[in-house]
Amino acid sequence: MIQAINQALHEEMARDERVVVIGEDVAISIFGDTRGLAETFGADRVMDTPLSEALLSGMTVGAAATGLRPVLHLMFGNFLYTAWDAIANQAAKLRYMTGGQISMPLVFMAVFGGGRSQGAQHSDSMHSMLVNLAGLKVVTPATPADAKGLMKAAIRDDNPVVFLQSAGRGGELGDIPDGEWVVPLGVADVKRPGSDVTVVAIGAMVRLAMRAAETLAAEGISVEVVDPRTLRPLDTPTLVNSVRKTGRMVVVDEGRLSAGMASEIAAIIAEEAFSSLRARIRRVAAADVPIPFSPDLERAVLPSEQRLLEAIRSTIRAD
Amino acid sequence: MELTTAIETETLTGWYRRMSLIRAVEERLGPASRSGELPGPVHVSIGQEAIAVGVAACMRPGDWASSTHRGHGHFLALGGDPKLLIAEIYGRATGICGGKGGSMHVADISRGMLGANGIVGAGIGLATGAALTAKRLHPGSVAVAFFGDGGANEGILFESLNLSALWSLPLVFICENNGWSEFVRTESLTRGQISKRAEPFGIPNGQVDGNDIVAVFAEVSEAVERARAGLGPTFLEMLTYRTQGHVESELTFLPGAYRPDAEVEEWKLRDPIELLAVRLRSTGVESDTLADIQGEVGLEADAAFQFARESPMPDPATALKDVFVEAVPTA
Repeated sequence: MIQAINQALHEEMARDERVVVIGEDVAISIFGDTRGLAETFGADRVMDTPLSEALLSGMTVGAAATGLRPVLHLMFGNFLYTAWDAIANQAAKLRYMTGGQISMPLVFMAVFGGGRSQGAQHSDSMHSMLVNLAGLKVVTPATPADAKGLMKAAIRDDNPVVFLQSAGRGGELGDIPDGEWVVPLGVADVKRPGSDVTVVAIGAMVRLAMRAAETLAAEGISVEVVDPRTLRPLDTPTLVNSVRKTGRMVVVDEGRLSAGMASEIAAIIAEEAFSSLRARIRRVAAADVPIPFSPDLERAVLPSEQRLLEAIRSTIRAD
Repeated sequence: MELTTAIETETLTGWYRRMSLIRAVEERLGPASRSGELPGPVHVSIGQEAIAVGVAACMRPGDWASSTHRGHGHFLALGGDPKLLIAEIYGRATGICGGKGGSMHVADISRGMLGANGIVGAGIGLATGAALTAKRLHPGSVAVAFFGDGGANEGILFESLNLSALWSLPLVFICENNGWSEFVRTESLTRGQISKRAEPFGIPNGQVDGNDIVAVFAEVSEAVERARAGLGPTFLEMLTYRTQGHVESELTFLPGAYRPDAEVEEWKLRDPIELLAVRLRSTGVESDTLADIQGEVGLEADAAFQFARESPMPDPATALKDVFVEAVPTA
């Protein structure tokens, strides 16, 4: 996935000189996603910055509003909180507040989610908060192909987009398409067709869902895995159609349970496809605690394949 | 005095007209706010007009400015239409933001006015970004960050001083120090001289008499020229005074007076519009000419209010528009 994002950035920077990459360590690139950009495009367009998230995010908004197409790498998703004013009060609102006078073609990118013993301040999944702001597009690619295509679409979009990547956790889910490969924002993807139960999986949870689907296939249960890919705008019709077909839904999300994206999707399905449901909706999400450090504790908190399998089986047994 | 003679009387008269227009508009906003006619809070800049107009006089098309919650003056100084401003403050469909912004968010992108901002200090970030755009795409253009003494205590200022100096961004910091951070005297909240905060970053800085538009123009011109020439940011602290309250409705919720009347009266003796009038009269401009201007801007302000009051409220359906650019970007 890292290589896919790197390719997208290279291609988009070559395509449009207004695209600039800003952030801490973007030249050397600790994740590898911005590696090589400085060598190719120079320090004028790939700018290492000090640790100044409040400014960097505000500056990104101001630069986008005046003609650049900046990509701000905030490193870890939790660092969005230190940039929160510009994200929540400026990027998400300026176009609306000015009656549509401003457009902000910008991308805030960061890795999100846990599972790597990074501790509570480097492991959050904050996508539901971002979705709730209303003025941001939010994408959560799960595969290298989606990562490349969504990044290219995000850079070309005239709106603020938050690109949340599950760093290093999509590698085995396919290859990177060459060249011009754009995945439109707001279009979900059925990652695996099935007929008995819909599993809506977000970000790194797609991989978990694919494994669970494989396991359950051996038991004769046909799982359809749907990856929304973009959480705002959300491709509601694809989710609803899937549930109308299968009659069952489990949502697996690495965000915390309360007021999270799993709850939102569950509510939408309850409203839009209630009559098709043959079992209660199940949510598999992170527990309502900060993400702990120790691997055993972290496993206990984050959605696991075991919990997902149990949830899916419970919807089948409900018949 | 040398400067006064260098600036043509016609230019000074133009400034006088613009400052007086801001005053006329804002003097009418106070009563409209207190009577309950206006929805929401209104922060006026009466007494600070020389800064807005003096800074705007140094700017040209292609430049950008970010503003504050006290932004009507910046809006009008940059050439914004008073009708669209007042209609916005009335929440009307004809307002510059279609009624979605209000007093605290008036913006006119067509004139480089990036918007008043309800978050103190946030405009500093936006202007820094505009300066980055200028440096990358439009060398010779500049960005101006307006903020107050309150905003000078936000951490984002420190971050921007560092980065704008490091990258030699074409940015001018304009701190409007009006003596009061909401309801607390600035000096009891703010250590040291604000302009000196730029000193360790090697940013040229200074204090300016913010009620003397000729002084404002002189200092800002120099700062803007430095920025245009690629020599980086400048920090100017404009010493001024807010003769009205923080917010026009404040008497409805404050327990009592928080500043002495004598202080306000003393500053009114240094009213920026009156100071400029004295200067103009000394260069031979007739008092009648100035009185005519006052009459004309009064009528212009009245017309703006009439336009606003007669304008329709927004169609509720528009509340759901303008969140995103809807057009699909071209490949």
